Amino acid sequence: MPEPWEPRIVAFFCNWCTYTAADLAGVSRMKYAPNTRVVRVMCSGRMDPQFVYDAFARGADGVLIGGCHPGDCHYIEGNYKALRRFRMIRRVLREMGIEEARCRLEWISAAEGEKVRRVVNEMVEEVRRLGPLDLPGRAAEWDEEVSAHA
Amino acid sequence: MEHRADEPRIGVYVCHCGSNIAGKVRVAAVAEAAALLPGVVVSRDSKYMCSDPGQEMIQQDIREHALNRIVVASCSPLLHEETFRKATERGGLNPYFFQMVNLREHDSWVHEDADAATEKAVDLVRAAVRRVRFHRALEKTEVPVHPDVLVVGGGIAGIHAALTLADAGKRVYLVEREPTIGGHMARFDKTFPTLDCAACILTPKMSSVKAHPNITLWTYSDVTSVSGYVGNFKVVVRRRPRYVREDLCVGCLECIDACVYKEGRVPDEFNAGLGKRKPIYIPFPQATPQVVVVDPASCIRVKTGKCKSTCVEACDRDAIVFDQKEEIREIEVGAIVVATGFETFDAARIPQYGLGVYDDVYTSLQVERMVNSSGPTLGEVRLKNGSTPRSIGIIHCVGSRDQKTNRWCSRVCCMYSLKLAHLLKEHTGAQVYNFYIDIRAAGKGYEEFFDRLREEGVNFIRGRVAEITDWTMTPEEEGRLVIRVEDTLAGFVRRIPVDMVVLAVGLEPAHDAQEVRRVLNIGCSNEGFFMERHPKLAPVETFTEGIFLAGCCQGPKDIPDTVAQAGAAAAAALALVDAGRVELEPNTACVVDEACSGCKTCVALCPYTAISHDRERGKAAVNGALCKGCGTCVAACPSGAIRQNLFEDDQIFGEIEGVLVHA
Amino acid sequence: MPEKPKIAFYWCASCGGCEESAVDLAEGILGLLDAVEFVLWPVAMDFKKKDVESLADGSITATFLNGAIRTSEHEEMARLLRRKSRILIAYGSCAHQGGIPGLANQFSREEILRGVYDDSPSTNNAEGVRPRSDHREGGFRVTLPDLHNVVRSLDQLVPVDYSLPGCPPTPKLLGEAVRALLAGTLPPRGSVLAPDVALCESCPRKDSKPTDLSYQEFRRPHRVALDPATCFLAQGIVCMGPATRGGCEAPCIGGNMPCTGCFGPTSRARDQGAKALSAIASSVEPTDDAAIDRVLDGIPDPIGTFYRYGLARSILRRKAGLPVDPREAR
Repeated sequence: MPEPWEPRIVAFFCNWCTYTAADLAGVSRMKYAPNTRVVRVMCSGRMDPQFVYDAFARGADGVLIGGCHPGDCHYIEGNYKALRRFRMIRRVLREMGIEEARCRLEWISAAEGEKVRRVVNEMVEEVRRLGPLDLPGRAAEWDEEVSAHA
Repeated sequence: MEHRADEPRIGVYVCHCGSNIAGKVRVAAVAEAAALLPGVVVSRDSKYMCSDPGQEMIQQDIREHALNRIVVASCSPLLHEETFRKATERGGLNPYFFQMVNLREHDSWVHEDADAATEKAVDLVRAAVRRVRFHRALEKTEVPVHPDVLVVGGGIAGIHAALTLADAGKRVYLVEREPTIGGHMARFDKTFPTLDCAACILTPKMSSVKAHPNITLWTYSDVTSVSGYVGNFKVVVRRRPRYVREDLCVGCLECIDACVYKEGRVPDEFNAGLGKRKPIYIPFPQATPQVVVVDPASCIRVKTGKCKSTCVEACDRDAIVFDQKEEIREIEVGAIVVATGFETFDAARIPQYGLGVYDDVYTSLQVERMVNSSGPTLGEVRLKNGSTPRSIGIIHCVGSRDQKTNRWCSRVCCMYSLKLAHLLKEHTGAQVYNFYIDIRAAGKGYEEFFDRLREEGVNFIRGRVAEITDWTMTPEEEGRLVIRVEDTLAGFVRRIPVDMVVLAVGLEPAHDAQEVRRVLNIGCSNEGFFMERHPKLAPVETFTEGIFLAGCCQGPKDIPDTVAQAGAAAAAALALVDAGRVELEPNTACVVDEACSGCKTCVALCPYTAISHDRERGKAAVNGALCKGCGTCVAACPSGAIRQNLFEDDQIFGEIEGVLVHA
Repeated sequence: MPEKPKIAFYWCASCGGCEESAVDLAEGILGLLDAVEFVLWPVAMDFKKKDVESLADGSITATFLNGAIRTSEHEEMARLLRRKSRILIAYGSCAHQGGIPGLANQFSREEILRGVYDDSPSTNNAEGVRPRSDHREGGFRVTLPDLHNVVRSLDQLVPVDYSLPGCPPTPKLLGEAVRALLAGTLPPRGSVLAPDVALCESCPRKDSKPTDLSYQEFRRPHRVALDPATCFLAQGIVCMGPATRGGCEAPCIGGNMPCTGCFGPTSRARDQGAKALSAIASSVEPTDDAAIDRVLDGIPDPIGTFYRYGLARSILRRKAGLPVDPREAR
């Protein structure tokens, strides 16, 4: 892990609302924490729980999912499917010892550049308080018991 | 040199965007880091990748270095993805062997620390490099475009757009929810700054709409649902019963005279509540179509079924039919122009301005009707007590530029206030005071009009009015309305007694704008006006392809700007339907047939019923023409048997890996 | 007469069911005994570790190894057999995905030992005896295998050539694998020797599943009378069939119980539980947090439901934050 530790957050933003809002934040030159890396999907409904787990397993300290507000989905109701999965994903994460605050779903419309700024900053601070999750580091530690014999 | 076809040979191009990116991100360092990534053959940074030399560089490298994948790290893909796909294609590759990285909107413009911004840029480029190796060659699908166009809203914007399209030979459906087209403009007396009569320039266009062979005009009608996609929208229109047959009524108005109500009893919407109308009425003399309408909320016959129905007897054409039912019409169109307009701010929300409390406080729209010679007072400006006002105060920015109500400038109030000041002075000879924050007179001939008003002796007082009160302090104020205001030029608080107050109300989104946009599947800006695809470069487009915006539904604007935008929206719609075919983004989903177990999970999840289950074969299939590419089914497929082009699992996993795994 | 192919069967953290499945070949096993030479099969024949050690590296044609890897002994034997075998087959859910033992990855080593040696109601262990890997007493030294912190599938320890899924694999799949092995017609290395299509394809209740299914509640199989002919999901019972490889011949469905996922994911899914969760949660009916949660409450143990056999091999593998007991401290 690089020193000093900085939270790493993978964000999955839907093309029509949240990704566009992040573009708007850029055009408006709003400043926010540089800790997110955005992966664009067409709709929050494209969010596969595997992506969330994979991001954590590869070293994300937090995962942020951004979609259109309820009722406003460009694809009518993809965001509801994302919401339902998200509610279940959080249960699995809790069972697997990953704090709920590390995975967040936010509705951010294309006009809400300011909300992108606020949510990213909030989440970075929240994750900073929780400290590093570092699943790759933990997995390496787990595997020390067998790698010594390899 | 021979290269294996499946071995990725990636070219990475990092754009400076002048100093927009390079001012924060160390672009040369990003290009150097990219050069070390597996599969990267060429990595360069360049001043402007979107320029001709930038694009030419990509094409040349594809040829010289046998590149088979391209990554450009520059601005948002929503701006230039298409540009670079085309450059990739011109270089001889399938355009989808391209991935874009957003280093500007998502990085250099939003971060302050150059090290952090550069590190982020490297991560994002690495993600694209890992992703692009999984890209496949794709073909755009072309679909035919239905040649007809729907225009929603029959104000000046909708009228102008409809006429432009119809004159170009397109069949146009114009749907208006009021009984007549004309919108707000039909209620204005004069237009600024030329003071030409609003009706004189509008009503000929209204008549043209009615007479145009290519326009189907449906008033008193609502668009209730829109489905389909660009070029192929299916629209359901509900035609509410007006209890009058449009094909028979000739607008003789005998029925109105014959109504059992001898006098009007219902506040007249067209006259902003200043006059009264009967339950059967025509909104104004030049209403289009020239067809009366029965208001079901006030007509005794409709409400109770018990009425002598003298109107029916009076009509010698049997046009009045109380058993008329609503009609549902389904139409297909290739493009939609949305011109649903605005509403004026309800000044009662600012109680200290006294609308509805004091007799002689009016909204600007009421005064428009008052000064109009065919209005409820036939052009006479009279106070409630019947006398002519000797002094009048016009208060600007009511419900505009105000943290407590609406923050935006409504753009038209300064100019229409000047116009009303002129007209009121002309009609009454009164002293007219304008209370303003700034005078915004940006437009052709506007500042000159302001000069003219000052020469005419209209008074201008700079300051936001605190309150209108009838609490008087001096004999001079007795029986009058006192305007309390801090005169910010003179530097003290003034009390100005007037006989009449005009509130220059701002423009707001229509009360049902949210419902309308949901029907249309378009977006709204924060304040609730419909959102354009790009504020500068796509001002009439929306995020839903094939749907265009015109007029004040997109934001406050005056008549010249509205007409210009309506023309632009019509031209955009015309360009679409005239081409006859449209290319669809190939980001659709498809079922991998041999992998599908036929579990049916996906079928119900598709909001477009694009997925069907073939019972015989026990497999699901996606209809590519109906699929809009959200990817919901892909994420939900429990056995990974559905793929989404451009957003395949491996591509997204590649990105996740790229941003996180630094090795 | 040419030398017969050498075959080994071995078990690690296993219940013995996989061994049973080999016996379930019934008469077929006699043919097998004629066709091959067993060099290791502890459950049936008397071989010692040193017999295997004495073989040349790569001299075993194929080893069928069942059970998860969770002790130092499993690790040692798996590495040994990998070295000696040309083909190593992860046999059964535990070797393939970690299996039921993999659910132990929700707990620390200490929690597991405490559960077994202290807290278990049927255990009387007043002295607090715990197994130790190295114990000396009265001049004698006793060693025991060391319990790992983490349960692993076989391929998380050594490279695996093929996997034969199932809890246990069916005799049919085993028979096919052996025939292909003897005939030299095995598919490319890395393959899972079962169909790459989810169970629904071959489910006898397939046609009873509606296309517009949505869930207002989930019910648990032991609490309701199950219709013997209707799709379990259509009855509100979580069935892992849509997310699970077919090839098992649906014995659970035949026994009127839903699929619990022992055949693991298809090749296109990285995490069986995540995919099952995604499919099922997507179709939950409500649209607001509280109502969605009420429906999801019907799945009280999401790990045990979606990851019954696959937790060790899942993307997250093990509960984060659990301590790791270092070897020296034991």
